[in-house]
Amino acid sequence: MDVWEEARRHLDGLPGGAGLNIAYEAVDRHVAHGRGEHAAFRFVSPDMKVRSMSYAELAQASNRFANVLRDLRIGAGETVFSFAGRIPELYIMAVGALKARAVFSALYANFGEEPIRTRLSKGGGRLLLTTAPLYERRIAAMRSSLPMLRHVIIGGHEVAPAETLGFDALMAAASDTFEIAPTDPEDTTFVHFTSGTTGSPKGALHVHAAAVALYASASSVFDLKPDDIYWCTADPGWVTGISYGLVAPLLHGVTAVVDEGEFDRTRWYRITHDQRITVLYTAPTAIRMLMKAGARLARSFDLGSLRLIVSAGEALSPEAVRWGRQALGLDIHDTWWQTETGSIIIGTEAHDDVHLGLMGKTLAGVETAVARRQTDGSLQFVGESDRVGELVLKAGWPSMFRGYIGEPDRYAKCFAGGWYLTGDLVCHDAEGRFSFVSRGDELIKSAGHLIGPYEVESSLVEHPAIAEAAAIGKPDPLVGEVVKAFVTLREDHIPSEELRLDLLAFARQRLGPALAPREIAFCRSLPKTRNGKIMRQVLRARELGVPEGDLAGVEAPEPTPEVELRAAKGQQQP
Amino acid sequence: MNQEQWLRREILEALTMVAPETDTDALNSTSSFRDQLGIDSIDHLNFIIGLEKRLDVRIAEADHHKLSSLQGCLDYLQRVLKAA
Repeated sequence: MDVWEEARRHLDGLPGGAGLNIAYEAVDRHVAHGRGEHAAFRFVSPDMKVRSMSYAELAQASNRFANVLRDLRIGAGETVFSFAGRIPELYIMAVGALKARAVFSALYANFGEEPIRTRLSKGGGRLLLTTAPLYERRIAAMRSSLPMLRHVIIGGHEVAPAETLGFDALMAAASDTFEIAPTDPEDTTFVHFTSGTTGSPKGALHVHAAAVALYASASSVFDLKPDDIYWCTADPGWVTGISYGLVAPLLHGVTAVVDEGEFDRTRWYRITHDQRITVLYTAPTAIRMLMKAGARLARSFDLGSLRLIVSAGEALSPEAVRWGRQALGLDIHDTWWQTETGSIIIGTEAHDDVHLGLMGKTLAGVETAVARRQTDGSLQFVGESDRVGELVLKAGWPSMFRGYIGEPDRYAKCFAGGWYLTGDLVCHDAEGRFSFVSRGDELIKSAGHLIGPYEVESSLVEHPAIAEAAAIGKPDPLVGEVVKAFVTLREDHIPSEELRLDLLAFARQRLGPALAPREIAFCRSLPKTRNGKIMRQVLRARELGVPEGDLAGVEAPEPTPEVELRAAKGQQQP
Repeated sequence: MNQEQWLRREILEALTMVAPETDTDALNSTSSFRDQLGIDSIDHLNFIIGLEKRLDVRIAEADHHKLSSLQGCLDYLQRVLKAA
């Protein structure tokens, strides 16, 4: 029996053979199986208060929310968004939306106006769940420019501002019974937005059938058992926080811990200890922050409940694995996947040995290969091990994305000859273990999240002083890469520390701290190709102090004059 | 300028270096920077590094959460500077 069939046998399907719905598989069926009292979630508030929510409570609350959507005339296939931190309402909403066969999309709370507007417009958002402070700060002013957004719901038990609806009041008025209508496994569940090198962000569409791959991967990678206390530290604004922060653990009926607070090292250890976490899914950025705090902090907590730590978002360094052994007494397992793949594709399975610097093997059920794109669009497969090439996946695994919202051409470009092109360069050894080499494009990877330089640059050039902008990833010891922007100024503007701070403020207002540059440098010119395209790779090479490669075709090959501001910098941040 | 005024100015300047969009006059001193300004954990870490450099102090990892509001910073740093 293949791995997908095996996973399907662990799922129930909607009663009466009415299809497959993730909300039923993740929540209602556990109640039907007599596990309604088991905790589905434990929410840890910023002040460390714990609120437990059983599967039965989540089933009822999500029923109520599905009824709220029906009462507000949000139909099957329509998209609803959240823009909030990791509050319980967001998780209730996601499950309720799937029950109503609506499509759910979560926006990261650290986004500024532009990324919010782009995603809401592109996704055709009909309804938005947010909090009162976030509404006032980011949404209220742009509301009139989003005519398709019919309703805004305010969570967080706060007073709903004018022209919004209170979550608590809506829920109290709604019935707690709801019957899920027949659901096609190919019906859309989630839109996860991800960055492109050029053009606006892409909304990757996922379907109910993904439950099969999410169940199977969580079995092999986490070996989840019913009494596990599982903590995925990712925010639902990124695919990991939905696929493995919500869907996969609930499919397995375990208890998922959600930390509503911001990352803090002492807090991280305290939650692991207090909640008796058994399986942790986290990211290299978090691990590097723990490393920086030292092993002594780790040893001051009893972390004996932990049996497995798994990492995602970017390649895990051998140094991080060694530190895990020494400070936490566990080998940290790596995984590789993308927004588009919907579930883990490559990883070190729960009972496999960790090999330093290697991500692991292809999980059962998926076919992977290493290839090079040819100029005619075909693929040449790299047969031998230890040769670098692009990771490609045979199309058709259950959690594969089914499209980019409204962009069929962009979707089609992701495939060649029946293979999905990941854009990631990898190597594999004779045993089939993969190591990550680099991205094949200019996307910036910060704290495990992809940031498209175009989205950053197009916001920066809106500033009246900026003529041109280029954004690159500058290596950073904590978050992998930080966004650094190089800008040239329009005539009658001169570089100054005051202007630098003004540009930074402008970018943060527009983009939010999640996407805004942490550094801005003034330049007299930017390196370009003869047809005027800014060469970000040249800027990046200069930043790294490595050879710039073949500079034939570069319009201004002399070093980019980064204007010195040292005298004015004073106490500037590093 | 007394020490508290000086310290307040230093804190706000360090904050402005990380999040220059901050309207320091409108800042509520007891509620958190995160809730008011939407700064993230990297911003907060950079803010603390900035404070350490400005004031030539060492802020222990376990104490970082105490510096999440203006009043929290004032209370903590006054104590640290007094002890130094």
